[in-house]
Amino acid sequence: MATRVLGGPDSPDAGAALGGVGGHVVARPRRMKWPYVPLGIIAVFVLAGALAPFLSLPDPQAQSLRTKLRPPVWEERGSWANPLGTDRLGRDMLARMVWGSRVSLAAGVVTVLLASAFGAAVGLVAGYYGGRVDGALMRMTDATLSFPIILLALILAVTVGPSFTNVVLAIAVILWARYARVIRGQVLTLMELDFIAQARIAGAGGWRIITRHLLPNTFNTLVVLVTLQIGYVIIVEASLSFLGAGIPPPTPAWGSMIAEGRDFVTSAWWVSFLPGIAILLVVLAFNLLGDWLRDTLDPKLRQL
Amino acid sequence: MLRFVVVRLSQSLVALAILSVVVFILARATGDPLSMVLPMSATEEDYANARAYLGLDRSYLEQYVSFVGRAAIGDFGTSIRARRPVSELIRERLPNSFKLAAFAMGVSVAMAFPLGILAAVKKGTAIDRGAQIVSILGQSLPTFWLAIVLVEFVAGRLQWLPAVGDGTLASYVLPGFTLGWFVVAGMMRLLRSSMLEVLDSEYVKLARVKGVIEPRVVWLHALKNALIPVVTFAGIYFSILVTTAIVVETVFAWPGLGRLAYEGITGRDFPVIQAVVLVTAAIVAVVNLGVDCLYAVIDPRIRVAR
Amino acid sequence: MSTTVLDVRELRTHLVTRWGTIKAVDGLSFTVDEGETLGLVGESGSGKSMTCLSIVRLAPRPAAREAGGRVLLDGDDLLAKSAREMQQIRGRRVAMILQDPMSSLNPVFSVGMQMREPVASYHGLRGRALQEKAAALLAAVRIPAPAERLRAYPHQMSGGMRQRVVGAMAIAAPPRLLIADEPTTSLDLTIQAQYLNLLKELQQQHRFAMIFVTHNLGIVARMCDRVAVMYAGRIVEIGAVRTLFTAPRHPYTQALLASVPRLGAKQEQLTAIDGQPPDLATLGAGCAFAPRCAHVMERCRVEAPPETAVGAGHQMRCWLSAR
Repeated sequence: MATRVLGGPDSPDAGAALGGVGGHVVARPRRMKWPYVPLGIIAVFVLAGALAPFLSLPDPQAQSLRTKLRPPVWEERGSWANPLGTDRLGRDMLARMVWGSRVSLAAGVVTVLLASAFGAAVGLVAGYYGGRVDGALMRMTDATLSFPIILLALILAVTVGPSFTNVVLAIAVILWARYARVIRGQVLTLMELDFIAQARIAGAGGWRIITRHLLPNTFNTLVVLVTLQIGYVIIVEASLSFLGAGIPPPTPAWGSMIAEGRDFVTSAWWVSFLPGIAILLVVLAFNLLGDWLRDTLDPKLRQL
Repeated sequence: MLRFVVVRLSQSLVALAILSVVVFILARATGDPLSMVLPMSATEEDYANARAYLGLDRSYLEQYVSFVGRAAIGDFGTSIRARRPVSELIRERLPNSFKLAAFAMGVSVAMAFPLGILAAVKKGTAIDRGAQIVSILGQSLPTFWLAIVLVEFVAGRLQWLPAVGDGTLASYVLPGFTLGWFVVAGMMRLLRSSMLEVLDSEYVKLARVKGVIEPRVVWLHALKNALIPVVTFAGIYFSILVTTAIVVETVFAWPGLGRLAYEGITGRDFPVIQAVVLVTAAIVAVVNLGVDCLYAVIDPRIRVAR
Repeated sequence: MSTTVLDVRELRTHLVTRWGTIKAVDGLSFTVDEGETLGLVGESGSGKSMTCLSIVRLAPRPAAREAGGRVLLDGDDLLAKSAREMQQIRGRRVAMILQDPMSSLNPVFSVGMQMREPVASYHGLRGRALQEKAAALLAAVRIPAPAERLRAYPHQMSGGMRQRVVGAMAIAAPPRLLIADEPTTSLDLTIQAQYLNLLKELQQQHRFAMIFVTHNLGIVARMCDRVAVMYAGRIVEIGAVRTLFTAPRHPYTQALLASVPRLGAKQEQLTAIDGQPPDLATLGAGCAFAPRCAHVMERCRVEAPPETAVGAGHQMRCWLSAR
């Protein structure tokens, strides 16, 4: 006896899909059940970063002019003592990269969590209450939305001094606007549906409706956005560190590592190249993961 | 429509006003610029004189009012470092940034549009997959890293293109490409998914049913609708462009506004900082306004809503 | 003796999905004459819409594959035409009205542009003549102040009016065959009747053959001369409306008719058909209706019944006919 499974982009809803002129069935490309590769990459970096103090790595800040600019182990002058080579101060590249991942990942995650929490709150309130509250909040949002992040970050960096907190703040202060916009749009759509009206009739107050009814339904969107934005934030943080306005030395940060190696890209390519590859891999992984999440949770978000 | 423009314009002015206060405060907070300009041996008296000369000894409110007053007529004061009027510096540098941004935007659109549309039309084929790979790589590569690599290899080793802005068209290529890369990736992706959605719509089906030829269906019926979300994001793309410009201009030693900002900030040159931030914000606001108007032109539904 | 406009023979359309190949249209055969209206009835998923799309060869690619059969329009096999040729045929010789008027008009172009485009193409008109023809078409579908309406945008019109515009586009050529895919399902009840009358009038005027897809038997009774009942991609019964309504032979048709509540009839409970429509990806070799049939026999589960005549112009697919 044939069973009918409804709902979701994954179900064999061929029956309903065929009926009605609006429906259609498209041969879906084979999509992986679980995004192994991106998750794997992220896991590697997260573990490396988290376990950094416990791995038997050389001190990332230990300078040794004797061993400066040693190439990675697979090149002629390389050695296993420094598998990925050393920089111009003789510091071990592998150790620096591992410690650098702590910084980048932490910056990415913390910033995005802050921005999304605030942005979602604004979006929920604006969408639910509407009217003047909505107007005022949206104007604030739009004004923030197009402000170039780096300008603010640079100013903060020079004002209060570069630090992890400043980077996070500078980015979060602008980033939340993106979430606010999107979540508000979602809330507006949700408000059209009957269940909100029913909750109101049942006597639910604003707070309750927002937390119990609206928020869970925007959760999917949030998850996708958050994942996609982590990559972007990591790149911004790296750009700031590169310009000298991010995480200050001597803490290893991928961006500043690239800046340090800038002058000898041809001779000692690994100093700039390797951190760049690290950034590329991590951001790519987050982007791929975000794409997969979006396809699974909410295909309508394709526009993001 | 006119009312719409006026309302948005006044909103932008309000935003700019707020921004000017913020900027004023922050710029003052970058520290005492005099310590960077005066020699180590300067005495208290020298400091006092310099301060009076630069008008830094007046009250903050006075400074703010005079700042706003003069900014309104385009006088942004004198650069503490360069000892030239800031407006002069801006006038020199802004066109360079503008040219580079225009080049980058042009390259982006020229690349993103055909790729995005083709990827949607030929969904599932090699072109589509290739475009998707390009797009996701583009959004995952750090711009400055790409810039360095390009400078080293294309300019340094291969000597194909110049690394530094020297006014020739060739010198636009590397920085322009680097600047536009991120936007290309995002725009192409957006256009592709937007086209896919539109190509699936009922009105496209009806157009085909009516016998409209396929190229016209794609490039007229579908595209005009698909552009709407892209235009919505154009404002954001532009600000990303501005953000990235600071990095790119620094790496490629491009004599533009971004580089001026960087120099101003590291040199604690607050007239410069103030001016650059305000000018940038004004430009961004104008661009956004333009984008909103463009949006209303493309989509008749929102003309009434305003 | 009416001319046959559309002659469909063993039309098959398969959908290739990740859950298997679905036989959305599985060996459909029917004809429609000039001035005649054939109703196409069935539940969601029975393949009605896919049939219409297959006739004009707009079934959703890449999943849909044309898997056989012939579609003869005035003797011309549409399935053998090239893409170019089909573009010429669509709109001119075959027209279609889609179900949802709210989404079938392009929101960013004016109604006028969307009217003029096909008209210019079908009749080679330009300038003033084109404008006048477009306005005349709008008038033909009873839209007031047609010349002004041409300047309007779809979102400025009600659903009923939009559907008339779509109707105007459909008769622009005028076509030999008009396929109406549930054109009134999304309209208000009060507007539905007006629209149906309009379609009938236009048909009498232009003498086109019409295929009317619906799940509403009441509309079938009003609009159609003959009706084909579809189930799981096949026609299970086809015949004159009168015959099918008064003496249906196929158990599914009988069940459908029985489930329509009638005024005056004393019914305690509404009759529904037991079970669910089948999952088209897992159809077996037997009759698709077997799991839900009140008269099911052993043979039904094993072998799919062929089309057999049970009266003049009346056919069905059921082993009961063999009795």
